Amino acid sequence: VAFDDGVVIGTGLLDGRPVLGASQEGRFLGGAVGEVHGAKLTGLLRRALEERPAAVLLLLDTGGVRLQEANAGIIAVSEVMRAVLAVRAAGIPVLALVGGAWGCFGGMGIVARCCDTVVMSEEARMGISGPDVIEATRGVEELDASDRAMVWRTWGGKHRVLLGEADQLVEDSLTAFREAARQAMGRTRPLTLVALEAEQAWLARRLGDLGGCADGLEAWRAAGVDRPERLPLLEPADWNAAVAGARRARP
Amino acid sequence: VSVEPLLRQLFPGGHAVRREGDLLVGTGRTPAGELAVLGLCDGVEVGVELALRLAAEVLRVVREHPGRPILTLVDSRGQRMSKRDEVLGLNGFLGHLASCVELARRQGHLVLALVHGQASSGSFLALGMMADEIHAVDGAVLSVMNLPAMSKVTKIPLERLETLSRGSPVLAPGLANYVRLGCVSSVWQPPLSAALEAALARRPGPDRRAAQGLERGGRTLAEPVARRVSGVVTDGE
Repeated sequence: VAFDDGVVIGTGLLDGRPVLGASQEGRFLGGAVGEVHGAKLTGLLRRALEERPAAVLLLLDTGGVRLQEANAGIIAVSEVMRAVLAVRAAGIPVLALVGGAWGCFGGMGIVARCCDTVVMSEEARMGISGPDVIEATRGVEELDASDRAMVWRTWGGKHRVLLGEADQLVEDSLTAFREAARQAMGRTRPLTLVALEAEQAWLARRLGDLGGCADGLEAWRAAGVDRPERLPLLEPADWNAAVAGARRARP
Repeated sequence: VSVEPLLRQLFPGGHAVRREGDLLVGTGRTPAGELAVLGLCDGVEVGVELALRLAAEVLRVVREHPGRPILTLVDSRGQRMSKRDEVLGLNGFLGHLASCVELARRQGHLVLALVHGQASSGSFLALGMMADEIHAVDGAVLSVMNLPAMSKVTKIPLERLETLSRGSPVLAPGLANYVRLGCVSSVWQPPLSAALEAALARRPGPDRRAAQGLERGGRTLAEPVARRVSGVVTDGE
């Protein structure tokens, strides 16, 4: 037990403008969401509806639901998801910044994609079922969780940004995340029928032309990246140039 | 409860719900008017295709039938766990589905969920748990993850988990625990059509699950902590 239950919350100024923020501690039970952890996030988002900050920043580093509090944990994740969408619907940008060692998995991987913007470092990972869970439930024939290169091709920041699941790839530094957050602060994705129909079409396109790909490398090739095997080695700036024509920005 | 008898009990006045694989889609007739029905059956795991199909249906109802209430029928073991689904970004498809249900609620569609089989993990988060109110029929099984899978992931022996879950409402899968924790509003008893009619009389509103968990004594920290952090003090405090 830790007094903060694995997440700190607070207020601050970014670019001189008031923001609310939360940061998960991946070293405490894998940043997993239990009753109190989730309630702190939900409370912060409720506060945003009252105070109307310039943005809410969620620094996510989590394996998802805290299995020790299983049922209370999944309900807490659902309450966070609903609260994120309520803040977005009020026109206040919610940013997910994923740069920790755990990445962002389980139900929190869905929460990240309910935010306006997702920023990732190359080393960060995002998804729903993580490599260990898939290997444990489906067997090593489905996936070998010890294959680190494959893990990064599947869940890593570069793949996520190429798909458009994340909006921006940044260097693994606080300065880079701060700058990305500053830029994204003014951007909202309205929850309207027109906007969600555009997202529907964007996802349908992905299923249509990348749906046959069971590996990141195949997907990059199918998306039109020239010599995709070099992508994992490129620094963000070079990587951005290499995938410029193949990236599928979320509408 | 198998699907045909369930639909007959819910809609004695008739329904036009068709089954496409493990997807249920259509309309049901109630004394209050037509209801959009969107459901899952046979415990199907939701992968990228099904998530997108569900989202398309929610958007279609919002576009073509403004304000029509939506009933989601939940029977799903969770998200499909595969490398391909992860490569394609299943979390994003589920986030989109959740956003579509949120849009429907905000456009004035009352969204109800009825768990008639299993409800678990990713698919429950993105569909059933996005409803204004979640109900269940007797015998429904709600969990985060089934115990054999949890045992594999946590490396805790299955027998140990079974023993632990007998004594803990927080850990044990099961309908009664989700009622106590405030997630499931009520368990519907026959006649189901009457329970549906009563539920349809409610209006869309904010998330009341934490408050419900507090009232029922199953989840006593969520609401006080969230309220304290939110800085919003209500009457009587």
